[in-house]
Amino acid sequence: MHTAAGVEACLPIRSDMDLVWVRQHVRQAAARLGFGLVEQTKLVTAASELARNTLVHGGGGQMEATHLSSGGAQGLRLAFTDEGPGIADLDQALSDGYTSGDGLGMGLSGARRLVHDFDIESTPGDGTTVRVTCWVAQPPRPREEA
Amino acid sequence: MSDAYSRPVPGHVPVLRLGDVLLVTLQGDLHDSTAQQLQQDLAETISRTGVHGVLIDISGVEIVDSFLGRVLAEIAAQAKLLAARTVVAGMRPAVAITLAELGLTLPGLTTALSTEAGMELLSQQTPAYRPRGPRQESP
Ligand SMILES: Nc1ncnc2c1ncn2[C@@H]1O[C@H](COP(=O)(O)OP(=O)(O)OP(=O)(O)O)[C@@H](O)[C@H]1O
Ligand SMILES: [Mg+2]
Repeated sequence: MHTAAGVEACLPIRSDMDLVWVRQHVRQAAARLGFGLVEQTKLVTAASELARNTLVHGGGGQMEATHLSSGGAQGLRLAFTDEGPGIADLDQALSDGYTSGDGLGMGLSGARRLVHDFDIESTPGDGTTVRVTCWVAQPPRPREEA
Repeated sequence: MSDAYSRPVPGHVPVLRLGDVLLVTLQGDLHDSTAQQLQQDLAETISRTGVHGVLIDISGVEIVDSFLGRVLAEIAAQAKLLAARTVVAGMRPAVAITLAELGLTLPGLTTALSTEAGMELLSQQTPAYRPRGPRQESP
């Protein structure tokens, strides 16, 4: 039913213009996969936070969007990668209100709340990758596992 | 917020004056630099015109992230220092849900459900802030 066309992409994040493209792509991809309006808004907002971190803290990088499909459920995974300074203390970076700059410090921790799955890998000196995944809400019905 | 990428980018938000209120309508997806430019424009326009209210219509805005949220909060704060009140009107329900979950409740912002309601809020409250007698505007 759903195709990956217009969903999978790799976009550069080098300027605030690119942030606009990232948001537009995520919005479009989420709509294609059947995400509802609130879920789309959450995903685009999370993507905007993470892409801005890639740009501002990571010195630029890219976002890769992947279509996931599992047992008939549609999902969207977004991976934000940079080769910037990395994050020495992940717990600190993920706490509400922590910022090393003059932001609000809500980007990382907030984005984590907006998605179903959140994963961060960072090596000081090497860079940072943040992966988030969201699944389209399934209509309530008994799950057939196994 | 780093200045490293605040180079000029196309996009300019018009500021309309309606009597004692500046009306700003935000639409679609804003560049960071466009939002920052608006922030500056508003401060200058408030101080030049002496208006007592700023109404920002965000009904056409699909997402508000921490950057835009912060710009809105800063606009309200700077307007207050310039003796003007700010009302943000027309936030979409999906945006409100997302902002609350993001943890950005923007306590300093006054909101209204529509521009009409926002205008009413501003016109009700403005006289209390206005000293008797004319301000230093051309008669
Ligand atoms: N890609 C990254 N590379 C290096 N450091 C990062 C990266 N992403 C986040 N950080 C670090 O984690 C901190 C918290 O990030 P978060 O997005 O929560 O806040 P912020 O970007 O400082 O402010 P804002 O609320 O405006 O997003 C940052 O201040 C920064 O030190
Ligand atoms: Mg951030």
